[in-house]
Amino acid sequence: MEQGAAGGAGLLVPLSDTEQQRYSELFSLCCCPPAPEGGSAPAPAAGGSKVGDLFRASQLPADTLQQITELCGAKRVGYFGPAQFYVALKLIAAAQSGFPVRIESLKCELPLPRFMALKNDEMRYGNAAEIHGIKFQVPHATLEKNSFKRADEGDKQETKSPPKSPICSPPASPSSYQRIPLSYGYGKSRSGFEQPHGATYEARHSTHQQDGSAVGNYGSKSALVHSSLSRSLSVEREPQESSNYPDDPWRITEEQREYYINQFKSLQPDLNSFISGSVAKNFFTKSKLPIPELSHIWELSDVDCDGALTLPEFCAAFHLIVARKNGYLLPDMLPETLLPDFLQPASLKPKHDSALLDSYSESLPVSQQTRDFNRTELETVHEDPINSEPLILFGAVTSVVEPTSVEEVPDKSALTQDANSDDNQAVNTSTTAKTIPKDFKPSQHLSAKTVVQESNTLKARPRSRSYSSTSIEDAMKKGEEPPTPPPRPQKSHSRASSLDLNKIFQQNTQAMKSGWLPPPPALPPRPFVSQTEQVSEIELHPQMNRAPLQTEESSPTKKEILLTQPPSKPIRRKFRSENQMLETQELTPTISVTSSLSAIKPHLPAQNRQSSKQKRAIQTAIRKNKEANAVLARLNSELQQQLKEVHKERIALEMQLEQLRPVTVL
Amino acid sequence: TIVAYILRALQNYPLYIRSIPTENELKFHYTVHTSLDVVDEKISAMGKALVDQRELYLGLLYPTEDYKVYGYVTNSKVKFVMVVDSSNTALRDNEIRSMFRKLHNSYTDVMCNPFYNPGDCINSRAFDSMVTSMMMQVC
Repeated sequence: MEQGAAGGAGLLVPLSDTEQQRYSELFSLCCCPPAPEGGSAPAPAAGGSKVGDLFRASQLPADTLQQITELCGAKRVGYFGPAQFYVALKLIAAAQSGFPVRIESLKCELPLPRFMALKNDEMRYGNAAEIHGIKFQVPHATLEKNSFKRADEGDKQETKSPPKSPICSPPASPSSYQRIPLSYGYGKSRSGFEQPHGATYEARHSTHQQDGSAVGNYGSKSALVHSSLSRSLSVEREPQESSNYPDDPWRITEEQREYYINQFKSLQPDLNSFISGSVAKNFFTKSKLPIPELSHIWELSDVDCDGALTLPEFCAAFHLIVARKNGYLLPDMLPETLLPDFLQPASLKPKHDSALLDSYSESLPVSQQTRDFNRTELETVHEDPINSEPLILFGAVTSVVEPTSVEEVPDKSALTQDANSDDNQAVNTSTTAKTIPKDFKPSQHLSAKTVVQESNTLKARPRSRSYSSTSIEDAMKKGEEPPTPPPRPQKSHSRASSLDLNKIFQQNTQAMKSGWLPPPPALPPRPFVSQTEQVSEIELHPQMNRAPLQTEESSPTKKEILLTQPPSKPIRRKFRSENQMLETQELTPTISVTSSLSAIKPHLPAQNRQSSKQKRAIQTAIRKNKEANAVLARLNSELQQQLKEVHKERIALEMQLEQLRPVTVL
Repeated sequence: TIVAYILRALQNYPLYIRSIPTENELKFHYTVHTSLDVVDEKISAMGKALVDQRELYLGLLYPTEDYKVYGYVTNSKVKFVMVVDSSNTALRDNEIRSMFRKLHNSYTDVMCNPFYNPGDCINSRAFDSMVTSMMMQVC
């Protein structure tokens, strides 16, 4: 055991082996990068600033540190020589153990001083160290435990300590170096104030050294472990559940994509066309999400705000619904991976997306990003839990898939930027994304990522949409409405007949329920014609959605007409047999006219003048009536057909009803 | 500074209200409500000429309070009312027009959402953010 190392101050400070090693490391650290080999050389002095940082990292109060510096003689000497440095370190250890900062306390055997958050030092040790340094600073306590656990494992594995590896080999393993004090600190706290044997420390140290080297090589994996463990411990760093997934929850996988496309097809067979708002609304309402959330999802996914969803928009909306059902909170802005531009090429590149997303992380430390980068390089399968998520069948509530490992915050954190600053965002992301790969090994995905970024710049929503677009929407919506009933043939040859028809229709609308309608005033009261008109009116009812009722009514009315029209019985029978022949029907009115004419004739006694006038009047009336009758006959035939169809439907329905009736009774 | 912004539907019930600062909201409600009468009057007066973007400058309603109230009506008789502090003389006519145009566009986007029933209060986040950005821009 070396005794006395503080020559300058005249103190004989007993330093154990471990302490010696430690202090020399720290000294080398403080001297640093220019002269790393000067660790054990007493000549160079430690940089004051670095020493200051180190001392501050020991988390002692400032006045204690001042005391220490005074005591160790640095103030006197003016610089931090190795001796002073060692004394100072020992005093720090003492202070940390709770001993008063006195020279006397140096005489005791003290544990090694602990230095928390030595990030500043680590940062200067190159990229690899940077990773670990930053990593280790935050989840410090957990890492200690972790490292200690690993140390235990290491112990069990290698009880035979290999010869002391050169500890002072500097930047080669500064990370390992960093781990060591932590583990030592932990070891110290764990074992209390007892001083374990130096041998065990050596063993631990060496194992740590090896572990450290292992860490250096597989820094990613250790980081993964640590990050995940720290992750589980420090939940508050993950504000959003969505960052729990190793893969971007806002990215659509192939499986999901196919499912969405199938769903789209079920709603709209043409993949290039779009789903209208109402159709989509009905569909998404089945997902049983609350309406405000659905409204928000629509807002997010309908990028061009046209009230309709194209295929990529639909996929995005569906994906958001899936995510929401699995417990993710909806972002305020549409994630880049769900943009229609992004989804259009239908290329899913999870790796470069992870690179993309890294640039957006705000709440996560850089460590996790590196881990992800490394993970991509390690070719871990990106089977995110979303894949394993059941593709949601609407109506089935799926359970939340538990997080399997850490995840970076998706785009939403960066996408809180205003939509107007999309271009800025794109620029920012490209710059940040470029800087990050420099730090970490640039992956081959970088090129792909930048390309995607360029394509993903959110275009400003085109305002070319004029207000006439609303009319287009209306037209679209109208097109979806049930086809309007076929227009009624109103073929009229003359004004008079059309007027008659109008009156007929007016009467139809007025008196829909009555079976007996008053004859139209324009036409002279001809019982048969009026009867036919009434029948036709009645038969017009089926068109007005009263088919079954009116068919029943029409049949009794027909029968009644039959009874009241004995002279025209044969004609009536033809009519009733639903003879579609227009001639017969036209014949009937003419015959009726003639019959009525003949009936009228006896009414005209021997008044020739009046008779001629009346004849003329009659003839004109006859003409009018003929035309009207022709029109009515045609109408009648069409209505008869409709009536037939309605009859058939009715019969079919009745049959179904009868079939179902025994079932319902049971 | 824009002090208040209120969107009212056909039957004059409010669809959306936003004001900065929020203390005097009641007063703004009153102001806007009284201005609606003027709006209606102008609508009826213009008759069939209201095809294009309409705008309604009311000028200073209450000279003592230094508020300017601007109005805007859409084709579906949805009224947008903006209350502006008169001390902000930098606000020009064109700016007001552009603001109303932006608001109208955002309102149209809200309407495009099939889950939005006309007559509901507007809960759209995009709309909110747009209004906020506009108000910030002026303030």
